[in-house]
Amino acid sequence: MTGLQIDLDIYKDDAALLQGLQNGERDACACMLKRFAPRVYAVAMRMMGDPHEAEEVLQDTFISACKNIHRFEGRSALNTWLHRIATNAALMRLRKRKTKEVSLDSSIESLDGDDIPRQIEDWAFYPADLALDSETRDVLEQAIATLPDTLRTVFVLREIEGYSTAETAEMLNISVSAAKVRLHRARLRLRELLTPYFAEPADTGETP
Amino acid sequence: MSAKPERHVEGDCRRVLTELNDYVDGELSAELCLELESHLDECENCQIVLDTLHKTIYLVQHLDDDSQELPDDVTYRLFAVLDLEGYLPEQAGDVKG
Repeated sequence: MTGLQIDLDIYKDDAALLQGLQNGERDACACMLKRFAPRVYAVAMRMMGDPHEAEEVLQDTFISACKNIHRFEGRSALNTWLHRIATNAALMRLRKRKTKEVSLDSSIESLDGDDIPRQIEDWAFYPADLALDSETRDVLEQAIATLPDTLRTVFVLREIEGYSTAETAEMLNISVSAAKVRLHRARLRLRELLTPYFAEPADTGETP
Repeated sequence: MSAKPERHVEGDCRRVLTELNDYVDGELSAELCLELESHLDECENCQIVLDTLHKTIYLVQHLDDDSQELPDDVTYRLFAVLDLEGYLPEQAGDVKG
């Protein structure tokens, strides 16, 4: 985003920003959007797997945040509070989506044929050496977006948003064991999706 | 050297596969850990699956949202819905949702 008509230095930290928001200052609201909207959108994209619905979650989140800012007591960071609102907004939309669509993924509580590793190749990177450039990020985000809702939501909450397995299960109204199986399935499928990108080229034995 | 032969996970590997998640998360019982590690010592395929699974988890946990950019059109519509268009650059007035 470029050229916003606001001096972001007015609110140097969360405390100053929160004070401004709770005083109803419009500058503070614009500053909150500038500072946190990209991260909220990233969460929304991962949860929804669809840019249009992610945008709706983004808007729901900040409408709700502006409306309820007087209730925020500052016990957590503003960013954490916004993430929680975004996660809840996404879950509400996913529940609605679930009632509209019949899941094709019926055997979700156990591994099935799609989860069995087919591509068994070493990856040509060592984590400590890897900086996540924009291309790698895109590959990862696209792979996450292709997971079915049932697996992606567990994966994002547990692996990226950092909720425990028990918290994830509670948020999704499923058992802890179901959450574990879905996480496992999501990790295996992602591994499979990422292998073509990261696999070491096969040694054909041909002279260059 | 010829190209790598196609390899598949079969038999014991499939049983190990179901335990791999708890193993990665450090939640597998000591007894099952020993059993699984004994299989890993002998099975190159499962070693590769475990290693690449670790790398998958590492990558995802290192996604850094601080470098994320919000698309301009999404930004404009967000500011508009909160009645904050006045903060947008003038040329933004031409963008519609």
